[in-house]
Amino acid sequence: MCKDLAQARKEASGDVTVVNQQGFHARPVMRFVDTASLFRSSVQVVNTSRDGDSVDGKSAMHLMLLEATHGCKLRITTRGDDAQEACDALVALVASGFEEPS
Amino acid sequence: MEIFRGISVSPGVAIGEAVVLEAEEYRIPYRVVPACDVPQELERYLDAHKASILEIEEQSAHLRAHLGRDAANVFDWHVGVLKDESLNDHIAGLIKEKHAAAAYAVSTVMRSYQRRFMQMSDPLLVERIRDVQDIERRLLRHILGESREDLAHLSKPVILVAHDLTPTQTAQLSDTRVIGVALDAGAATSHTAILLQSWGRPGVIGLGDISTHLSGGDTVIIDSTNQLVIANPTEATLDEYRQREEAYSRFSHALDDFKDLPAVTRDDVPIALYSNIEFPYESRAGIAKGACGVGLYRTEFLFLRPEGAPSEDQQYVAYRDATLGVEGKPVTIRTFDLGADKYTQQRSYEQERNPMLGLRSIRYSLRNLDMFKVQLRAVLRASVHGDVQVMFPLINSLMEFRQAKMTLHDAMEDLEEEGIAVNRSIKIGIMVETPAAAIQIKEFCREVDFVSLGTNDLIQYTLAVDRGNERVSQYYISSHPAVLRIIRDVVRACQQAEVECSICGEMAGQPLYTMFLLGVGLRTLSMAPANIPEIKKLIRLVTVSHARRVARRTLGFDTDRQVSNYLRDEMRKLLPDDPI
Repeated sequence: MCKDLAQARKEASGDVTVVNQQGFHARPVMRFVDTASLFRSSVQVVNTSRDGDSVDGKSAMHLMLLEATHGCKLRITTRGDDAQEACDALVALVASGFEEPS
Repeated sequence: MEIFRGISVSPGVAIGEAVVLEAEEYRIPYRVVPACDVPQELERYLDAHKASILEIEEQSAHLRAHLGRDAANVFDWHVGVLKDESLNDHIAGLIKEKHAAAAYAVSTVMRSYQRRFMQMSDPLLVERIRDVQDIERRLLRHILGESREDLAHLSKPVILVAHDLTPTQTAQLSDTRVIGVALDAGAATSHTAILLQSWGRPGVIGLGDISTHLSGGDTVIIDSTNQLVIANPTEATLDEYRQREEAYSRFSHALDDFKDLPAVTRDDVPIALYSNIEFPYESRAGIAKGACGVGLYRTEFLFLRPEGAPSEDQQYVAYRDATLGVEGKPVTIRTFDLGADKYTQQRSYEQERNPMLGLRSIRYSLRNLDMFKVQLRAVLRASVHGDVQVMFPLINSLMEFRQAKMTLHDAMEDLEEEGIAVNRSIKIGIMVETPAAAIQIKEFCREVDFVSLGTNDLIQYTLAVDRGNERVSQYYISSHPAVLRIIRDVVRACQQAEVECSICGEMAGQPLYTMFLLGVGLRTLSMAPANIPEIKKLIRLVTVSHARRVARRTLGFDTDRQVSNYLRDEMRKLLPDDPI
């Protein structure tokens, strides 16, 4: 799962592919925001398939702007005292296809 | 007092306060406020923000209860966006630092996001622009307060004034307190107009730019009998119309008396009146108005759902329900008349240059055979529940008809192999909607079980007028002598070949043409249920021999003006007291 980048600054990062057919549409975005908001850590997401900007993983608007369609690769970076747990949970959520038929 | 002239979609008078739907979007002017007003602007934003969230949560709970979770999911994202801190910081920042007015700050930020969605390549994501607009409008509505009310939550009866309505919006009108509609856009035969007609309340369309002249709260009179809309009338005019409104409601109550009387002429010739429907539940309503079945079921309205194409089972349920609703009486199911303004244009990313002459109706079905077969399977499965007939629209050549019929037989064989019961001897007919079909009517009569005149398209193609284009809609003239002659020729050819011929275009429901249609020999008319009582009243006042004379006279005129003046005079002679 996510690599613990720097124990002192409590940062974690993980790569994951969007596997659900519809990508980050309304429901997955909200599942992602809801999950990210369970943690105190900040969450940043980059769509490495489209080399866009890093966006706030707790923002419903910015996640939609990622253009994270089916097959895109995302890098999730979390910072804070629960960074590791947050990163693991979010990577697992995306990898599961948001529990939708892929 | 201001008077606007347009096209009437259904008769009647309505008086009320206007609610104006904005033409396209809110235009918010650039505005800054003095430093001392910044806290107040910030509060306006925060209040609107809170109210918007509450409103959406209420709506989505309602949706969840009525339409299930999927429908409500979209609104969850709206709430998510409103609760999005980076977005809120952005808007609040503009107010605090740039002293922007709240409305301007909201609009600027939302527009910048709309532009970013616009640049995306995935069409599903581009669709998110609509959602962002929706969120923007909701916030602005709360900030600006006002007349731009939500139609579902009207506190009193109103007249709706708008540039245009989508068919979906129109279909929802019956759940609102809207009592009349005035639209800038539109032609009498557009789908919005058809839906307005089945809604049954006064409406005038094709008014040009009325929506920019009126504001919310203006007193408006819709006089659709005279194709007028009057804004801010004088006391005298208002009094006059209050009396007319009352007279009209007496008249329509009086028409109810005809409901249970048979549609027979004074010389005892029975006329079969059928209803045109868009939704299955309307089939029963037609019977209640005195129809002898459904003459035209416009199945493409099944596509007016957010989910898009209906499945075989969904279609089967709709066709079955429409059939059960008429209790054994005939139901003519027209296969999808998609294309042009209906559905396919939104789907194809490359729009056709001339959709009315493009891939529409039966052409679209024959090009999308899988979809077509699914529909035919659903029709055939429903055929065992009553007297179901199938009708193909816009047939232009015998080859098209044969191909459509063959597809039906394929579907029939498949179903039988699967052990599913069908009515093997289901009647198969065509709509005559193009000059080509009308000219070849004799050949068609050798192969079809029945023919129905679809006058809306027939007029448009005979006169080369796009009925949806308001710039040329004045050339769309039902009383054009060429149109009337084509109708006469088709009816005559069908009589000679002993093929059943009916009419299901708007003309069938217009009292002006009733005598003419009977006179050329039509005995089956299909129309919006709301028109049935009035047409029946006329039929009961006329004799076939008189109608024949009227038709002969009508066919002798050179111009549409002479035709309509003459028919109007003849109608007045029969119904001197009616406010038609």
